Amino acid sequence: MDIKVLIDYLPLYKEALLLTLKIGWLGILAALVIGIAGAAILHFKIPVLKQIFGVYIEIFRNTPLLVQLFFIYFALPKIGIKISAEMCGVLGLGLLGGAYMIETFRSGLESIAKIQTESALSLGMTKGQVLVHIILPQALSISVPGILANLIFLLKETSVFSTISLMDLMFTAKDLIGMYAKTIECLFMLVVFYLIMLLPVSIIGSIIERRVRYAEFGD
Amino acid sequence: MQSLGIDVLFKGTNMLRLLQGLWVSVAISLISVAFSIVLGFIVGVLMTSENKIIKAILRVYLEIVRIMPQMVLLFIVYFGTTRVFGWNLSAEVSAIIVFIFWGTAEMGDLVRGSLKSIPVIQYESAKALGLNNFQVYFHIIVPQTIRRLIPLSINLITRMVKTTSLVMMIGIVEVLKVAQQIIEANRKASPNAAFGVFLVVFILYFLICWPVSRLAKILEKRWA
Repeated sequence: MDIKVLIDYLPLYKEALLLTLKIGWLGILAALVIGIAGAAILHFKIPVLKQIFGVYIEIFRNTPLLVQLFFIYFALPKIGIKISAEMCGVLGLGLLGGAYMIETFRSGLESIAKIQTESALSLGMTKGQVLVHIILPQALSISVPGILANLIFLLKETSVFSTISLMDLMFTAKDLIGMYAKTIECLFMLVVFYLIMLLPVSIIGSIIERRVRYAEFGD
Repeated sequence: MQSLGIDVLFKGTNMLRLLQGLWVSVAISLISVAFSIVLGFIVGVLMTSENKIIKAILRVYLEIVRIMPQMVLLFIVYFGTTRVFGWNLSAEVSAIIVFIFWGTAEMGDLVRGSLKSIPVIQYESAKALGLNNFQVYFHIIVPQTIRRLIPLSINLITRMVKTTSLVMMIGIVEVLKVAQQIIEANRKASPNAAFGVFLVVFILYFLICWPVSRLAKILEKRWA
């Protein structure tokens, strides 16, 4: 391995990492918003919206992100919907992640026994109080492992952005291999940069996961 | 539909080629899943072992799979091994190696989870009744875990099929690649082909994954 090559490539990979992070976190933010809204809609069984979200979840959970991105980026412009590559990445990741986040949040909400709501109501709490003080703290703590797993999954999925010519880590590595054939160095940097991006999330995640366990009731 | 380019698929053997492309990814997934389930069982049982060295090795393995995008693994196996070891793996073989590596970890984790979900008291009671280790696993633990594992393994198939769409990146001609070729070839005749063709690819993936994940969900409910 040639150290000089690694140093030469460093700025390029740094640039790519920043782009990946930018799109990744925007997409994840969108996914969280969709997830919370969707979970609430499904939990409170709001008519019409409930069906729409049901179909949305099935479609996006059962197709690969790569195909979704190709559709958004290459197919939609043909019917007049033009979206920049970056927006397309955020949108694709947000829609995919949203479908997963809804299920995660919902399973948290549903894991709270009905008797708890009933007991709280009979103690004289209002519905809002029940939600804020009883249901949400428990539901969120139960959802945390799932949310963290989704976070890592979505950050990993950003690797397909290179196919819609976003200059992310994957794109940079492939490009450099193609130009200078320093395969080992390029792959090494690729692994290192993905570790930089994902290892902290994984470690912090497992710490948080251990902490929120205390919030669970009983068991 | 003329303007949306779906008609392109009815020209010549285009639709057939698209389906053949899809079959390539499905075949790679099925081979990988079959190996992953068998190897995953072994890894899962090993993960419940108390041996510190085995535990440490498996932890590192799981963490690698958890953190590294499959695409990176594909690149390492396909481009990296040629450089370092001089192996000349075909793209298909590289893909299968990577997906087995990934699937085994996923399956192993599922097996470990369902083994752990059986209360310790069942092991103890069975032993107290005079069953030996093998009998405990074979008659008590495995039948219970299998019921939990079948839906989860079916889910693994859909995830595998979805993930194998990545193999186009290492040059395997699968459904997306064929789609691109068809669009390219008909650029002049129907400039909007991208819409129709990619829509069909989208629908094809959905038609494969949706029934399978429905089945997993139904089984999960029935056997839970």
